[in-house]
Amino acid sequence: MSWEAWVPLLVVASSLLPGLIIFGLAEERVRLRTTFNLFGAVVKLALVALMLWGVFHEHHYEARFGLLPGLELVLRAGPLALLFVTLSAVLWLLTTVYAIGYLEGSPHRSRFFGFFSLCVSATVGVALAGNLITFVIFYELLTLSTYPLVVHRGTEAARRAGKTYLTYTVFGGALLVLGTVWLYTLTGNLDFTPRGFVHDLGPEHAPALVMVFALLIAGFGVKAALVPLHGWLPRAMVAPAPVSALLHAVAVVKAGAFGIIRVVYDVFGVEFAAGLGVMRPLAWLAAVTIIYGSIRALFQDDLKRRLAFSTVSQVSYIALGVAIVGPIATVGGVVHLVHQGLMKITLFFCAGNLAETLGVHKISEMNGAGRRMPWTMAAFTVGAFGMIGAPPIAGFISKWYIGLGALETGQGWVILVLAGSSLLNAAYFLPILHRAWFRPPPDRWPVEHDFGRKETAWALLLPPVVTAALALGVGLLASVPFSPLDWVRLVVQREFYTP
Amino acid sequence: MEALLSAIPWGPVLILLPLAAGIVCFVFPSTAKTVGLLTVTLVPLAVAGLGWRLLAHGVYHHAIGGWGAPLGIDLQADGLSLLMLAMTAVVGFGVSLYATGYFKAEKSGRFWPLWLFLLAALNALFLSGDLFNLYVTLEMIGLAAVAMTALEGARGALVGAMRYLLATLVGSLAYLLGVALLYHGYGTVDLGLLAARVTPSPAAWAALGLMSAGLILKTALFPLHFWLPRAHASAPAPVSALLSALVVKGSFYILLRLWLEIFSPMSGGVAGLLGLLGGAAVLWGSSQALRQTRVKLLVAYSTVAQVGYLFLAFPLAAGMGLTAWSAVVYLAVSHALAKAAMFLAAGNLMRFGGHDRIVDLDRVVQRLPLTAGAFALAGVSIMGLPPSGGFNGKWLLLQAAVTQGRWDIVGVVVIGGLLAAGYIFKVLGHTFTQADVPHEPIAVPARMQWAAVLLAGGAILLGFLAPPFLALLAVGNPFAAGGAGS
Amino acid sequence: MSIASLYALVGVGLFCIGLHAVIAYDHLLRKILAINVMGSGVFLILIALARRGGIVAPDPVPHAMVITGIVVAVSATALALGLMLKVAAATGRAELGDEGGD
Repeated sequence: MSWEAWVPLLVVASSLLPGLIIFGLAEERVRLRTTFNLFGAVVKLALVALMLWGVFHEHHYEARFGLLPGLELVLRAGPLALLFVTLSAVLWLLTTVYAIGYLEGSPHRSRFFGFFSLCVSATVGVALAGNLITFVIFYELLTLSTYPLVVHRGTEAARRAGKTYLTYTVFGGALLVLGTVWLYTLTGNLDFTPRGFVHDLGPEHAPALVMVFALLIAGFGVKAALVPLHGWLPRAMVAPAPVSALLHAVAVVKAGAFGIIRVVYDVFGVEFAAGLGVMRPLAWLAAVTIIYGSIRALFQDDLKRRLAFSTVSQVSYIALGVAIVGPIATVGGVVHLVHQGLMKITLFFCAGNLAETLGVHKISEMNGAGRRMPWTMAAFTVGAFGMIGAPPIAGFISKWYIGLGALETGQGWVILVLAGSSLLNAAYFLPILHRAWFRPPPDRWPVEHDFGRKETAWALLLPPVVTAALALGVGLLASVPFSPLDWVRLVVQREFYTP
Repeated sequence: MEALLSAIPWGPVLILLPLAAGIVCFVFPSTAKTVGLLTVTLVPLAVAGLGWRLLAHGVYHHAIGGWGAPLGIDLQADGLSLLMLAMTAVVGFGVSLYATGYFKAEKSGRFWPLWLFLLAALNALFLSGDLFNLYVTLEMIGLAAVAMTALEGARGALVGAMRYLLATLVGSLAYLLGVALLYHGYGTVDLGLLAARVTPSPAAWAALGLMSAGLILKTALFPLHFWLPRAHASAPAPVSALLSALVVKGSFYILLRLWLEIFSPMSGGVAGLLGLLGGAAVLWGSSQALRQTRVKLLVAYSTVAQVGYLFLAFPLAAGMGLTAWSAVVYLAVSHALAKAAMFLAAGNLMRFGGHDRIVDLDRVVQRLPLTAGAFALAGVSIMGLPPSGGFNGKWLLLQAAVTQGRWDIVGVVVIGGLLAAGYIFKVLGHTFTQADVPHEPIAVPARMQWAAVLLAGGAILLGFLAPPFLALLAVGNPFAAGGAGS
Repeated sequence: MSIASLYALVGVGLFCIGLHAVIAYDHLLRKILAINVMGSGVFLILIALARRGGIVAPDPVPHAMVITGIVVAVSATALALGLMLKVAAATGRAELGDEGGD
């Protein structure tokens, strides 16, 4: 194997190996564990940067491994893969820093960070997967490595939340494996190919292909929280905040959405899928999820649960962008992968800060939080406005493209959905901002930790500020070459649509 | 070197070595542990030697004492036999390691002779080339297994062992009757010769029915599984591991051989029946496992379910023989590793807490992380999640089923996997939580934990070893003989 | 009907009677005896089927099988009886008890 084949493997290993070592570390070895954690995160980022440079210079990074007769495990650094892997690597570093600060003094940190690292390895594997079977394998590994994180606290409530999480994700996984086997028996090939590899099959296979599509989308839709498969997401909020941040912004939910993107563009080919008549139902399902999630969010008083339902709603923008068959809408949908990730992780980091520093879990307790924690709430405000879709924050860009794409293909009803969703977003975010900035704070916060002159620990403060800045920057500088938007436009042009 | 490796009679070595060692352990109980460990270390080496011989020279034949078939006892080995022998050797090693920590001195002197006799019998079974020899090995296995089940003298174990003994004897007698009919009809008990001579006839049908019935009883296929759950659950942990992992595979192997060599021209309806029973076993066993409140019973019912998977291939083999049978062997070997690991982990849990009630598991992940990890890894293979041997087997099975449009079998496999996830995570979920009545932990020796981890890791590792595994399986073309092959 | 066929039919009959008894009776000693009867039935069939007709000496192979089978049956019966005594000592009666079946 040439050295170039090693790079994708090393990217996965850069969190796998530290994770396995951390499992063996004693609980008290804080500095050693932190070193391994950060070392792994930095190495991964460096390797990703290497791959980015390499791909720009026409290098080819691919690793293959024979799995079963006729099937290979393939890790390949294509442009779409690199987008997701870069997002994962950057956000992992920030979340690691955040988690180290958040879990200060908590029990079982070795176990936590061990599984944390495994989870990121699985996500990176999902990102770099070069065919459907590799994708499915790492996807299932993601389920297995996130379960211990959900039940980490070891309470009865955590155990039951874990049980719910598993019920949904294992069910989704079963559908996924079934769909993959079926597809394999039909086509004999599972490699991701630009514009799909299914179109050679004759029309007599159309019903089977529709069933396969349904199975694959349902399997991915569980993690992507498509209605009615979204039930696990709000209930997984019992997990510690870094887990929610990772699950909702980077790993699990995005893996599901990424899967949907891969299925539509690199397995079926978007034009072929439109010909099968499966894109309309997907668009409707996405639209229903968007509205439903936003409505449920309105009625939540627990901050993390409101954000959870907001995630349910927001991730379906990606599905919607994909289901509107047109390059502009596709750009909007796919780039929302990055944008939503940045904005949502900011919001979750801030929610975690409020909980850790002030003991605030409910929105009704948030009066005057802006006075007490200005930087945190500033970051929150940026994220919230991004969700609503206010320019120039990232969220606006994605919505703009999706709307434009909808108009271009004559599906104007989508504009209504987008507008309605933005209104609902405003309805459930603006009151939070109003409370935080314009209401007087209570005499005593529920459980206050004093950090002296700082509003909270550095490790808790820095990550949300950085991600908020990124969300703002990505939106402001969207037209700059090599911005996520530019990158996605390139991918869509080159690989998704016939030129 | 090569000449030496070719000259050593691996077959007789594999049988006589554990037999002799067993006798030594019986006569000199104080040396039991040492002799036992030495033997289980040498046996894998002998299997490797046999494997080398197979790859270099093709199918292995050895006529004991120079007398060949049809009067003498022939030993033969092809790829399938080799994989079964390797499975036995690896699982045997892991369980032996565990047993050195599990049994106190007095019981040790009784465990080791019985286990070594069992090992000799299993090796003989996988190497046998004729029906009557298979009968003898079946009986040896049965008696040794029953004696081991009753080893510690617990009340539940004694009753379970008695029921097991009665069932196994009835099964053997049915099998023997079938052998008698076949011998009378075709004049030989040698598998190879019978394969050439058997034609559909009343005698052959009767023999097929009797032998299948007997073997199904011994393999605990639904609905003849009644003896298994309590026998496997009440036996000492290492014994349970051996029973579920290896003993049931022995009788299944015979059924598979009979099918491939002799009976497949007559298959048809019987294959469908076996598939139906297999599906029922998967669904029944898994749902019963889900209802259990104690770990060892849960794992035992899981064996009932997993045995069912093996029989799902019979109806599929008509169209895609190679894929279906490869799936079966993969599932059988992965199950052996994973189930042994699970029983060993369950034994650790019992040692640790003094009980194996699921809801009362107390902070196991913190205090017994290796055991929890072993259970989890083994569970991954049992559930058929990637990457693991169980996943590879499940994939091949699904491939065969989907291609032939057998959506009923697809449904059973998918639902079986979901139910398995249910009962595995039922245990794992409770390993994280604290019991209502916390207890002081009793230390579990490191080797007992590591033995479980190693076996579970082996099941996972099998997921990556498909190419060499399938290549070994193909030596001697065991599946082309009777089946339609593909 | 030849003597051999008669023996064979008797053997089949013994096998069936034994099988019925193993399932129907509760007492362990009865079950063990029933299995012995089944075994005898099979051995009888083997011997009967060894006849090769007329003047020719019977086939020795089934005879060898029967001898082996008897040895096995003796060992198995010994184990079964010993186990039965242990079960009786542990549970107070020589029966499998009502946890049977599921």
